[in-house]
Amino acid sequence: MRPDAEGGGRAEAGENPTADAESREPLRPIVNRRPPPAAIDRGPPAASGSASALTIWGRSARPLAIGLPLILVVAWALPLRSDSYLVYLAGLAGINVVLAVSLNIVNGFTGQFSLGHAGFMAVGGYVAAAITIAVGGQYQLAFLPESMSDGLLFFGATLAGGGAAGIAGLLVGLPSLRVRGDYLAIVTLGFAEIIRVVIENLQAVGGATGLIGIPPSASISWVLFWVFVVVLVSKRLLASTHGRALLAVREDEIAAEAMGVNTTRYKVQAFVISSFFAGVAGALLGHYLQILSPKDFTFIKSIEVVAMVVVGGLGSISGAVIAAIFLTILPEALRPLQDYTGVDLRMVIYSSLLVLLMLLRPTGIFGSRELWDLRRSRRRPPVQAGEDAP
Amino acid sequence: MTEFVQHLINGLSLGAVYALIALGYTMVYGVLQLINFAHSEVFMLGAFAGFYSSRWLPKFREEPRFLLILLIAMAFCALVGFLIERVAYRPLRDKPRLNALITAIGISMLIQAVGQLPWFMGPSPQFFPTLLANGPLVEVGGVSVTRLQAITFVAAVVLMIALHRLIFHTRLGTAMRAVSFDGKVAALMGINPDRVIAFTFILGSALAAAAGILVGMGYPRIEPMMGLMLGLKAFVAAVLGGIGNLKGAMAGGILIGMIEALVVGYGTSSYRDAVAFGILILVLVLKPSGLFGRVVTEKV
Repeated sequence: MRPDAEGGGRAEAGENPTADAESREPLRPIVNRRPPPAAIDRGPPAASGSASALTIWGRSARPLAIGLPLILVVAWALPLRSDSYLVYLAGLAGINVVLAVSLNIVNGFTGQFSLGHAGFMAVGGYVAAAITIAVGGQYQLAFLPESMSDGLLFFGATLAGGGAAGIAGLLVGLPSLRVRGDYLAIVTLGFAEIIRVVIENLQAVGGATGLIGIPPSASISWVLFWVFVVVLVSKRLLASTHGRALLAVREDEIAAEAMGVNTTRYKVQAFVISSFFAGVAGALLGHYLQILSPKDFTFIKSIEVVAMVVVGGLGSISGAVIAAIFLTILPEALRPLQDYTGVDLRMVIYSSLLVLLMLLRPTGIFGSRELWDLRRSRRRPPVQAGEDAP
Repeated sequence: MTEFVQHLINGLSLGAVYALIALGYTMVYGVLQLINFAHSEVFMLGAFAGFYSSRWLPKFREEPRFLLILLIAMAFCALVGFLIERVAYRPLRDKPRLNALITAIGISMLIQAVGQLPWFMGPSPQFFPTLLANGPLVEVGGVSVTRLQAITFVAAVVLMIALHRLIFHTRLGTAMRAVSFDGKVAALMGINPDRVIAFTFILGSALAAAAGILVGMGYPRIEPMMGLMLGLKAFVAAVLGGIGNLKGAMAGGILIGMIEALVVGYGTSSYRDAVAFGILILVLVLKPSGLFGRVVTEKV
């Protein structure tokens, strides 16, 4: 077997110097003669062999360099609170994007099925709102102007809300992610219901009537900032070792386990990250609408988020973004119909979209592809059809 | 002590209903490994089928009328269950399980949402008519059993015995167990899995319809969203007993019913919905295969 393989390697050597160099190593197994397709697709090393550390650094800093100034410009251009309905809707769409992209980490990348996003959102929203209400009027960082102090407080509260939701995610994920996949759906659903029932009975946060008087700190620019963060984090996550492990879990859990992937750990990690951003979205929502009510965090809210992820295509970040925007605008666009019939058709539309998509196009709009793949596939010859987005 | 026993008896009749619904979940999970979320909506439709048929049926003797309404609702829901399987689940049989799960949720939400439209059931609760007169049946030492509780329990038990005989003493039942054990091998043995799966849905849906009527009589406010919570709790019951296991579903249902009755009796009723899920998480932590379930090793 061996001489034959080496001969094959030599024969190719004339055309391909790298293959030659590899095949000359004496104890290489046969399969390693060619680099695996995944390695071809790994952007930087294959595309630019002579890329210096500086260009790689520059490339990875590019989203930050473009994104943050853009958000600052938007923040400067838009008034702090706009009464325009379109701007209001854009904020809601942004919050939904954060939700959908974060749920995509669990449902899309990892292939688990969480139905309790509303619960984590509620945790984050209530914790953040409680912090800003408690701290808000009383303390101000002395050396900062009021608006910046408020902004900083809101940022801290958002992080705290996200952190609380992440801890909740850890508590829920640890027991349920150890067992068969579809239990997670029912456990997360149940957990979200427990959260809601607890909030309804907690008079300290307004009980069933809801928590009012939350400062309107979440401006469009904050929403944009978090959209930016969640998209960047999930894109980078997917390209990392962790992301590869998550995809492996999605494709075949047993095989992944056999390859040495600690499936439970990765699943729990993904779940915690996802819950963190759900909490952030909850914090944003609370400070955007200035009211939080347990009615906002029912099972239906979770389903809406799931619908966004599924419509966009499980595993596709850009799909989740577009579907979240689409499904936020759709009910508003259908408002004339709603006024005409006097019926809330939103749930009918969501649910029938879910069923029809699953029956007719189970991959969603994008499948697991991304918008940025389109450009790349035109630039480079296509490699390995089944390969996922980097 | 009397109070405790009283709560247990209240829980027993509620638990029998949970058990009826849980059987549907567990049977479908047994043959398809699918959490049939739409099952709770079949249950809800069963209650409404009873509601509408009792409005249209002329009045005659109470007991046969009740049985007739029960049969109508069961037949209607059997049809609904059959259609759901045919339209929504069968095309996805060889797709990833996640797709079927999402479809199940979608179907469930669709039935709820359509049911809430004013030209169907409407969003506001309806009042289930009294099909059988209620009243105290026996009272022993301060513990009373109402007529309705007895009827609910007896009806549920009769149905469960019938199901048990059907599954363990008929050819069709044997086929069901074979498909549940290993669908591919069962197909090689000359069993038509499609027919068996359809029959499983019919059976489970009929039981859910009966549960719907029994719940309607006991808690007369019925609405399109009523299935959600009850269905989830019944599912928890199925998991508690070990999903895929019939006796487990019965025991789990009765256990959940009793625990819930005790929580409502001694604690606060506002947390009654949270308790079932607390139990679920405990079960998953301590014994994921449930009380009666066997540990299944996943094979490649």
